[in-house]
Amino acid sequence: MPETKQPIIQIRNVSKRFGKVTAVDNISLDILAGEFFVLLGPSGCGKTTLLRMIAGFEMPTEGQIIIDGQDMSLVPPNKRPVNMVFQSYAVFPHMNVTDNVGYGLRIAGVGKGEIRDRVAEALELVKLGGFEDRMPDQMSGGQRQRVALARSLVMRPKVLLLDEPLSALDAKLRAQMQFELSDLQDKVGITFVTVTHDQDEALSMASRVAVINKGEVAQLAGPSDLYEYPANRFVADFVGSVNIFEGKLTLDEPDKAAVDCPGLGKIYLNHGVTGPHGADVWVALRPEKIYLHVPGAGKAIRAAAQDAPDGHNLARGTIKGMSYLGDITLYEIQLEGGQVIRVSRPNLSRHDQEDFTWDDKVSMHWRADSPVVLLS
Amino acid sequence: MALFRSAPIAPLEYTRKLWMRGWVGLTMLFLYAPLLVLMVFSFNDSKRNVVWKGFTLKYYEKALNNDSLVEALVNSLTIAFLATIISLVIGALAAVMLWRFRFPFKGLVEGTMSLPIIVPEICLGVAFLIFFAKVEWPTDLMWPLNLSAITIAHITFCFPFVAMVVRARLASFNKEEEEAAKDLGATEWQAFRDVLLPHIQPGLVAGALLAFTLSLDDFVITFFTSGPDTITFPVKVYSMVRFSVTPEVNAASTLLILLTVILTFIALKVQGVKGITETH
Amino acid sequence: MSGALQDWKSQKKPFAAIASVPVFWLALFFVAPMAIVWLYSFGENAGPADINISGTLDNYKRAIEWLYLSIFLKSLAVAALTTLICLIIGFPVAMAITFAAPKWRPWLLLGIMLPFWTNLLIRTYALMALMGTNGYMNKGLGGLWEGASWLRTLVGMQPLEAWTPIQLLYNNFAVVLGLVYVHLPFMVLPLYSALDRLDKSLIEASLDLGAGHFKTFMQIVVPLAAPGIVAGVMITLVPALGAYLTPDLMGGTDSQMIANVIERQFKRANDWPFGAALSFLLIYAMFILIALQSMKANKTKEVR
Repeated sequence: MPETKQPIIQIRNVSKRFGKVTAVDNISLDILAGEFFVLLGPSGCGKTTLLRMIAGFEMPTEGQIIIDGQDMSLVPPNKRPVNMVFQSYAVFPHMNVTDNVGYGLRIAGVGKGEIRDRVAEALELVKLGGFEDRMPDQMSGGQRQRVALARSLVMRPKVLLLDEPLSALDAKLRAQMQFELSDLQDKVGITFVTVTHDQDEALSMASRVAVINKGEVAQLAGPSDLYEYPANRFVADFVGSVNIFEGKLTLDEPDKAAVDCPGLGKIYLNHGVTGPHGADVWVALRPEKIYLHVPGAGKAIRAAAQDAPDGHNLARGTIKGMSYLGDITLYEIQLEGGQVIRVSRPNLSRHDQEDFTWDDKVSMHWRADSPVVLLS
Repeated sequence: MALFRSAPIAPLEYTRKLWMRGWVGLTMLFLYAPLLVLMVFSFNDSKRNVVWKGFTLKYYEKALNNDSLVEALVNSLTIAFLATIISLVIGALAAVMLWRFRFPFKGLVEGTMSLPIIVPEICLGVAFLIFFAKVEWPTDLMWPLNLSAITIAHITFCFPFVAMVVRARLASFNKEEEEAAKDLGATEWQAFRDVLLPHIQPGLVAGALLAFTLSLDDFVITFFTSGPDTITFPVKVYSMVRFSVTPEVNAASTLLILLTVILTFIALKVQGVKGITETH
Repeated sequence: MSGALQDWKSQKKPFAAIASVPVFWLALFFVAPMAIVWLYSFGENAGPADINISGTLDNYKRAIEWLYLSIFLKSLAVAALTTLICLIIGFPVAMAITFAAPKWRPWLLLGIMLPFWTNLLIRTYALMALMGTNGYMNKGLGGLWEGASWLRTLVGMQPLEAWTPIQLLYNNFAVVLGLVYVHLPFMVLPLYSALDRLDKSLIEASLDLGAGHFKTFMQIVVPLAAPGIVAGVMITLVPALGAYLTPDLMGGTDSQMIANVIERQFKRANDWPFGAALSFLLIYAMFILIALQSMKANKTKEVR
């Protein structure tokens, strides 16, 4: 599907340096019309700088940004076909809701009647009908954010930029707004570009995510690909929780591969990885993809792990820590080699968390399609 | 080429716009040119001020040999020193009083205390002139007691400024810190000394600096308060300027400007650039 | 949280220890002198050094005669003009400081504050030296004049007459320039602190919604910096209205301000009751200005 869409924003070899600090380092990427694009990364990775360059508040040191086919290098922010929802919302404190939302239209010289209609429509869209005369300091953070959203949407921009839109909201409201934002984007059909440091937010809302690290794109993929097929250790570690072990590639054929990890054991995969034989690689294994067994259940394990040759994808250890989180229980297990691995286990029935406890010796296995081999 | 090419100016980088830089530059020129010219020509070997005739220190020599000028300078510094110390004590007490206690007529006391800041200098000067005449304050005391009237006047308009600065600093004090100290076994006095005092210290330094400069700077109030034999530096310079512009005055003024700059840099060393600029 | 205030009754001894000195000082050396001036303003001269407080209103009647009222109004006009010029010069400077790179900001601020700490008399004197008939300002103007003259000869016109130094000092222009010179830092600092508190993303949001820099300035920056503008105006207007030194040294015979008239009553004319009445009229004028400001401040609070 995305192949048929046109890029609305083209970022071409853009770099931004502040003095000696490089905030954005030669990034190139296309954002397609109508998609919900998320820039994800830790704080200080350059994602906000990139967003601000799209909006026109920062100028690229090198490279160019093309929006809707037009080079933006010399276009000031007030002439760009994009609008932004600020992290602090930047709702004008001296204007009521109507004046805030109508501000851009007034500046553009739109007629009074049309302003009234479009403001009402925008307020309806963000569910703020009835708040027309409120001043910003009489509103909650969530409501102010809706004002900021309506204020931008009323301009009918080609692209809506959102800077950490949910960071200032409490957990419950955040979850609700995630759904609402996705919904809204569906309804208005405008391209959304969002910056966030929160991986849950990115995975739940985005159609595509660019993970940014130290000013570079670490991976550009859809949410599930990002989680299941991380391209490198940074992405594997930043998106979700993961166990990473160093190893050597001992077998690499089109339909199978094996890695010898001194810390974990022999690992077998049911697909090739195209790495040089004998290379140093890393194996990433998500905690929820590891099965726990009581020792002595040897037969059951062998039955479960029959998609790998004998002695592969198995490990033994001692439970050194556990935390009960309600839906799952998280275990820290010390392997025989001394390293610690994290395993999560769904509490499918009420007493599941009682199966294993501190200092229990346990066995583990995982399926041959679970580990991910990372070359960098 | 690339070396000289700078990034395009971002929308909020107003300071990088040329007209803005020119504006700030001209303003700074306006503020500093007169002072710099005065300082440079204090070394000029000429009676007339405008043409450079060669370097000389003779006007400094003259100024320092001018007994009444030196006496005025010593008087000014003595008054400023005394007024600063006493204003600091009274101002800090006033700040703590208003910050800590609820008492009858508090609004009245607070308002009255801000009056010396608002009331025009000339009115305050007149008030002291009448007051010291009315109570027949002795004018023929020996040094430094002959400065007492001026010092009292200076303290009266300095300490409300100190109180204002210290109170602003007190407002940011987290009372839980004091409670934590007491929780850890400190007495009332120890908690004050170890927690509150360090917190308001920047305010005290800023207040002292402000009081010192205000006192040293004051002409109008002193002009009305000083007796015939008690002359301060601004009053002396005023009478010299009234008669004629002499290079001696340039030299003495340069010395006082240098004193201000030195004081500023001491304050900078104590508090850092940010500390100084933020307390004002 | 600054916590609750303590009632003085619950801590009488510490309260007495802390409060007695400032309250006593204020009462003896501020309230008492001001009260005496106030009483004198209702008195009449009974002898060379003797004033009879008779409750007469003659001093106030004389003060609102046109001769004095016109000086009063003129002082107000000069102070207002000074304030306006300071605002026009100071606003871009405050903007520049606010948006300067963080490492430059404190130094720019220091640059504004250093003259403010320098002795007022010395600064006035330095400016006078520059403005004298053979000072640099005259030289600069002379240079411009000769340049213009040379340009005229270039296009074949008669050269201008030779430059004669003009009298820049001892007139109203000099007084306003001197007051601006002295009070500019007072204006810049409150403007800066108001602009510094302003959330920069509000300006960006306005630009983002299509407004240019001028519209953003008028519709967003000025309304939100209004408290700082009012503070800056007050902090400049009030001392400029009561200025004594600048009109005394830089003004001519027709540029007297109210403070000079007051001074004359005490130092030369020896009419203390009349001087006292003028002093109090000046103080009342200050009160009115401050009351207007606080009314304005309350109004903006209500609107919010």
